[in-house]
Amino acid sequence: MVKKLKKVDCLIVGSGWAGSIVAAEVAKAGYQVVMLERGEDKTTADYIGAKDELKYSNRYEMMQDLSKETITSRNSIEETALPVRTQDEMMVGTNLGGGSVHWSGAVYRWLPYDFEIYDQTVKRYGEDKIPEGMLLQNWGITYDELEPYYDQFAKTAGLSGEQDPHPSAPKHKHDYPNPPMKETPNITLFKQAAKKLGYHPFQVPSANLTESYTNPDGEQLNACVYCAFCSQYGCDFGAKASPIITTIPTALKTGNCEVRTNSYARRVIKENDKVIGVRYVDTETGQEYEQEAEVVVLAGFTFTNNRLLLLSDIGVPYNPKTRQGVIGKNFNGQFNSAALGARGYFEKEKFNLYMGAGALGAVFTDLAGDNLDHSKLNFLHGGAIEIRQYGVGAIGGNEVPDGTPLWGEQFKEKSIHYANRNVNVWFTPAIMPWWHNYTDLDDHYTDSFGDPLLRITYDLTDQDRNLAQFGIEKCAEVLKEMGADIIDQDDVPDQFNHVYFGGHYAGGVIMGDNKETSAVNHYLQMWDESNLFVVGASAFPHFSNHHPTWTIGALSYRAAEGVIKFLETGQPLADSR
Amino acid sequence: MTNNDKQSRRDFLKKGGLLAGGLIGGSVLTSFISFEKPLPKEDKLPDFQHARLFFDRKEDFNVLSAATERIFPEDRLGPGAISLGVPYFIDKQLFGTWGSNTDEYMKGPFPIDSYTRSYESKTVKQSKQGPNAEVLPGIIGARYQTRLNRGEIILLGIRHLNDYSLKNYNERFDELASEDQDDILKQFEDNKVQLPGVEAQTFFYLLVQLTVEGAYADPVYGGNKNMAGWKMKQYPGPRAAYINDIEANDFIKMDQQSLTQYQGEE
Repeated sequence: MVKKLKKVDCLIVGSGWAGSIVAAEVAKAGYQVVMLERGEDKTTADYIGAKDELKYSNRYEMMQDLSKETITSRNSIEETALPVRTQDEMMVGTNLGGGSVHWSGAVYRWLPYDFEIYDQTVKRYGEDKIPEGMLLQNWGITYDELEPYYDQFAKTAGLSGEQDPHPSAPKHKHDYPNPPMKETPNITLFKQAAKKLGYHPFQVPSANLTESYTNPDGEQLNACVYCAFCSQYGCDFGAKASPIITTIPTALKTGNCEVRTNSYARRVIKENDKVIGVRYVDTETGQEYEQEAEVVVLAGFTFTNNRLLLLSDIGVPYNPKTRQGVIGKNFNGQFNSAALGARGYFEKEKFNLYMGAGALGAVFTDLAGDNLDHSKLNFLHGGAIEIRQYGVGAIGGNEVPDGTPLWGEQFKEKSIHYANRNVNVWFTPAIMPWWHNYTDLDDHYTDSFGDPLLRITYDLTDQDRNLAQFGIEKCAEVLKEMGADIIDQDDVPDQFNHVYFGGHYAGGVIMGDNKETSAVNHYLQMWDESNLFVVGASAFPHFSNHHPTWTIGALSYRAAEGVIKFLETGQPLADSR
Repeated sequence: MTNNDKQSRRDFLKKGGLLAGGLIGGSVLTSFISFEKPLPKEDKLPDFQHARLFFDRKEDFNVLSAATERIFPEDRLGPGAISLGVPYFIDKQLFGTWGSNTDEYMKGPFPIDSYTRSYESKTVKQSKQGPNAEVLPGIIGARYQTRLNRGEIILLGIRHLNDYSLKNYNERFDELASEDQDDILKQFEDNKVQLPGVEAQTFFYLLVQLTVEGAYADPVYGGNKNMAGWKMKQYPGPRAAYINDIEANDFIKMDQQSLTQYQGEE
C-alpha cells in the first residue's frame, strides 16, 4: 500500500548542488521543503581517515550502485543498446550531497557566446556555418542576466581564484571571495611555456578554498591543505565546498527543511493533467510513499531528471526521426573524446606529484569559445587547455611512454621511473548538440523495480574529432615548450566507446526561449507544467568548453528564485517565443 | 625478510620452481609439516592474515601467483608481485563484494555475438577515459558485457592459462620458464585464445589491474607488503597535509606511512 503524506510547499528530488541550493533558498524564504536523496546520509565525519586510494578511486566508494539502476548505451538509432555494467565504465555520484561531494572543485563561468550561441554564430559566420543536424540553440538567458547568480554561487562556495586575463573573458562584477591556489613547479613551467607561446595562463578557479571563510549563510569553511585525496573523495577537512558543509546545513537550520535519505523517486505524479507530487520508495523498508507538494523540483543527476520525466509521461519525448519533441533532446557532455591532450615525460625534472588538490592547476582560454576566428576552421566553439596537480596515488601514478608494454619488466621499470616525472596537459572541448544524440527509455533492460532503464544514443561527429585533434596538437606544443623529453599525443577515437566517466553528462531537459524546441524556460520551469522545475546540467542545450559546476550553481540560484516567485504567484514565469 | 631469505626466493623464482606464493614454498605436505613445528618467536611469526579464501585449489593459486609475478616481476628496483603479497590481495578482493560484482548491473539478457565481443574490445587506458580520470592508472580498463562476475572470470582465465600451457608446452603454467609464461600471457592479451562466456583480453586486463592494485594499494588489503611497493615508487602513503611543501622546488622523499598509522594518529 502506498502511503500518502501531508502536502508540503516544495518537494525536491536530489541533494547535490542543484537540489540543495533550491532547498536552502526556498526554506530561507519561509516555505516548507522536503528533499529526497536516494543514497545514504553522509557528513564530513564519514571522510575523516578515508585516505584510501583503492576504496575511493578504484572501487568507486562514492558512486552509484549500478546493480539497482544503470543506463544502456548505443551509437545509433539502428543498434540495440547494451547496459553499461560496471562502475569502471559509468561514474555517477550518490549519497547525501550527490556528485557535488566527490567533485574536484574546478569552476568556470561559461561564456557570453554560449548563452546566445545560435545568434552569435549566425551573425559572425552566417547560417551556413552551422552543419546540418547540429541543433544549436540559444539558452533563453544571457550571460549578463545570469551574472548575479554566478556571483551568488561564488560567495556560497567561497570560490578561490583570479580573473582570467584573456581580453574576451567573461566579466565578473565582483572578485573571487578568496585568492587563487598555490603554484607548484610544474604549474609554473606550464605558465611560462604558455606565455612564451602568446597565451594568457592563470590559476584554475577553485572550490578548494585558499583561506578559512564564512559564507553569507554563516557556514564555516576551512583552507585547503593540499592533501591530494580530493577528486573522487569527500573532503575530511571541510575545505572543498560541497552541499554537506554549506547549502544542506543552511537549509536545515531554517527549521523549514526535512531531508529524507534512502528515498528513491520512482514517478512524478500527475492528476487531471497537473503535477501533484512524487512517488518514492524508502529503500530501507520497501515502503512506497506519495508526497504531495505545491511545487516539485527534479534536481537529480542528468540521467535521473531525464528518466523521471520519461517514466512519468511528462512533456513530449524527442523523436530523432522527425526531430520533434523535447524530452531527451540534445543529450551532450564531456566524456570520451573530451579529455584528450598530450602527456610529457621529463628526465631532469622530478615533481612532487603525490601532493595536490582536485582543482589545483593552471589554464588558458585563448582557444576557447569564439575567441578564435572559425571562418577557416573545421569546427565551431573551442576548448581550454589545462594542467592539474590532483595529487596522484600509488595506483594512479602508473604512466609509461607510448610503446612501453603495459605489464611486465619494462612496465614496472618505466612506471616507477616516471612516477614523479610526467605531466598531462589536456584540452577541455565544447560539445555541440546533434539530432542523433538523445535519451529515451530502453526496451529490454530494467532497474531493480522492473522499470525501464534510460537509454543513451550517442556518437561522435567530425566536429568532435576535428576539435579534439586541434586541441591535442596545441597541448603537445605547450609540452614541447615546457621542455618535455618525450611527448605522447592522445589518439582521437572514431566512435563513442560507451564509457561514461567524469560526471560531465548533460542535456535532455534543455532550457530555451521556445516551447517547441526546449523543455524548460529561463527559470528552469517546465513550459506546460508550471509547478514542475527541472534543475541541473540536464538544462544545458550544449556543453561549453569548461567544467560545468559553476553554471549548474548559477542556474540553481536562478531556479530557486523562480520557485519562490511561483509559490507567490502561481504563474508561468516566461512566455514562449 | 632477511637477505638470505631474499636470495633463496630469487633463486627459487629463477629455477621456475613451484610457487606457493606465501610464506612457505613447497608442496601442500611440507606446508602442513611446517605448521607442526613449534611457533617461532614473536618477531618471526607467520603472517596470520594470509590464507586462501577464494581460491579453493592450491594449483589455481599457484598459477595465479606465477602470472602476477610476470606482470609485476621482482627486479633490481625491488620486490615483485609474490613478495608483495599480490596473490593474497587478489584472493581477498575476489572473495569480497567486488569479486562478486555486487555494485554492478548483472541483469540479462547477455547476448554473445560479434557486437558484444567488439564491445569488450573497445578498451581504453583508465587514465584516459574522461575528465578527471587522471587519478586512475595508465593501464587498460576491462570492458564488460559478460554474465560472469569478476571472481568467475579470473578463475576461468587462470584455468585456461594452465590448460593452454599443458596443451602447448606440456607443463603446468607455474612450472614454465618466464619467457614461455610471457608468451602465453601475450596470447591472452591479444585475445588469441577463446574462453567460454568472456573475451580472453577481458580476463587479462582484469588480472593486470588487480596486480597493479595489489602492488600499490594500502597494505591493509593484503598486498604492498610492508609498504615495499610504495618505497620503490617513493610514494609516502596518506598524509594529513602538504601545505608546507606544496610549493617546494625539489622532490621531497618522505618515509612511508600506512592507513593504519594515519587513522591511529587521529
